[in-house]
Amino acid sequence: MYRYTDFDAEFVATRNAQFRAQVARRLDGSLTEDEFKPLRLMNGLYLQLHAYMLRVAIPYGTLNGAQMRALAMISERWDKGYGHFTTRQNIQFNWPSLADVPDMLDALAQVQMHAIQTSGNTIRNVTADHFAGAAADEIADPRPVAELIRQWSTDHPEFQFLPRKFKVAVTGAPNDRAVTKAHDIGLRMVERHGQPGFEVIVGGGLGRTPMIGKVIRDFLPQADLLPYLEAVVSVWNLLGRRDNKYKSRIKITVHEHGIDDIRARVEARFAELRPAFTGVDQQMLRAIETDFAPPPFRASSPAPFEAAYVDDPVFRAWADTNLAGHRAQDHAIVQISLKAHGATPGDATAEQMRVMADLAERYGHDELRISHEQNVVIPHVHKSDLPAIHAMLKAHGLGTANIGLISDIIACPGMDYCALATARSIPIAQEIATRFDDLKLEHDIGDLKIKISGCINACGHHHVGHIGILGLDRAGAESYQITLGGDHTETATVGTRAGPGFGADDIVPAIERLVQAYLDLRTDRSETFLQTYRRLGLAPFKTALYPDQVRADAA
Amino acid sequence: MSRTFTPKVVTANALIEGDVIYLTDSDHWTRNLAEAEVLTDEAHAQIRLIEASARLAEVVGVYLADVTPTGQPTHFREEFRRKGPSNYPHGKQAEVL
Repeated sequence: MYRYTDFDAEFVATRNAQFRAQVARRLDGSLTEDEFKPLRLMNGLYLQLHAYMLRVAIPYGTLNGAQMRALAMISERWDKGYGHFTTRQNIQFNWPSLADVPDMLDALAQVQMHAIQTSGNTIRNVTADHFAGAAADEIADPRPVAELIRQWSTDHPEFQFLPRKFKVAVTGAPNDRAVTKAHDIGLRMVERHGQPGFEVIVGGGLGRTPMIGKVIRDFLPQADLLPYLEAVVSVWNLLGRRDNKYKSRIKITVHEHGIDDIRARVEARFAELRPAFTGVDQQMLRAIETDFAPPPFRASSPAPFEAAYVDDPVFRAWADTNLAGHRAQDHAIVQISLKAHGATPGDATAEQMRVMADLAERYGHDELRISHEQNVVIPHVHKSDLPAIHAMLKAHGLGTANIGLISDIIACPGMDYCALATARSIPIAQEIATRFDDLKLEHDIGDLKIKISGCINACGHHHVGHIGILGLDRAGAESYQITLGGDHTETATVGTRAGPGFGADDIVPAIERLVQAYLDLRTDRSETFLQTYRRLGLAPFKTALYPDQVRADAA
Repeated sequence: MSRTFTPKVVTANALIEGDVIYLTDSDHWTRNLAEAEVLTDEAHAQIRLIEASARLAEVVGVYLADVTPTGQPTHFREEFRRKGPSNYPHGKQAEVL
């Protein structure tokens, strides 16, 4: 894992000292809220519905046991004993007092963490495949590059007042687990003639105007990465709309100018910038790469795993659902579900954080990951250790076997916390998970992604859910609109709106009708919801969702 | 006929704690909506808003929120602000109500 250099530590300490003084000036009345707000946003501090919210970056979703333990400590000392993991691999604390935030940031700095650029119109926390360095299908670990981008973008003088926020995601595997096509820039590591490089995707994004990113460069040599990124952001920084915040993101710029025009401008700017990058960045990348060297994998018998798999049906169900293929023999990637049926998606208590830290330290080479699907991953585990890990997880409410199933729901905080939300998300997720758990249907239903956002900004990724749910305010009541057929992977697709919205009491029965229709329509168990939808289209699902309308039409 | 004025309360978030507060008729901030001054006259409501907005060192984001004549929220957003989140017994429902 990356370790802060003296420069990094000094930089974060200086920033924290500055912010401490800014908070003091706000509290003594020297700064107005208008003056203070951009300063607090640059340090991840929002004011939400019921309290401040501190958003802490977990760069490319990687953290170690000590860092997870520090998050637990912070949540108990200055918050309400839990944290909320987000779709951008951050953690949010929902209840801090403004006066305590400088101390929280200092506590984070102790374990080499910060909240810089987790908000505001800057280049945000760079996200990556949560299986990085472990996945069986990986070409290369994307995290060294993500760390290089973090260093390049942090306090980059040209990019502190961008037209809007700017999000970068990197994947090193052909199976895209980082939603790269829904980012301002998505980077897919590829090889050409034995040389490492990137496919660069630009102009993706969800929100009010969802767009799938377009390929701006099909092969960018690795050494050209930073000047090319700088060229893209620089072109958008000048062209991007500052007159209308709904048209300010690069996806609109690309849409309005066309990808060919943007590509020509980027190439021209790149030609100017490239000579300024003399190779120091590549030397730094080499150094960073050594920090991400794979841990020493153990060669021992997986027999304890096989015995438990045969003997214990609960373990077997968990292993079948929550493990993913590891590149090393007899190893596995453990996915810890933060989606216990009826719980708040993405929330972990301080005690659970400590349990996960313990497990990582004891069995997982001291590494943890946060996924954009709001779960936690122990990336490197020898199979013989899995029974012990499962027993410990189960004892702390972390053993739910539902990864990728209908109750593994992404949900934004919604109107339970967020000042921007138009409806609640969390209770809908809780009710769907509870309902399908009662029906004991979810393993039969199989791979199905439900994603819920409590407003049009789409933090819950509803556009790319197989079933997407968008919460709106319709005439003073919560209303939920369904989209179908979205896909967040390398075959990314924006879902299609199914029809009129449903009230809060009607949305869960509507989802149940939809899922029942799928069960009736699928060719067999091997055909997933998304495949059935792609084969048959919207019509049969619409009939299931709006039976009264069908009857009315027939009358 | 002039349109009817929906009664209002002055509300904001506290500067330090960040939680929801309401203005009382004695110019104090309260955390309990039941203690808020219900403003039934439009001109008076505007004056109270201006007065409250000047208290920069105490509060953030001052605005007028609709309430019923008995001071109950008319919109679900204000109901959540009054009580707290629905997934945990945190916020006002645990501390005030």
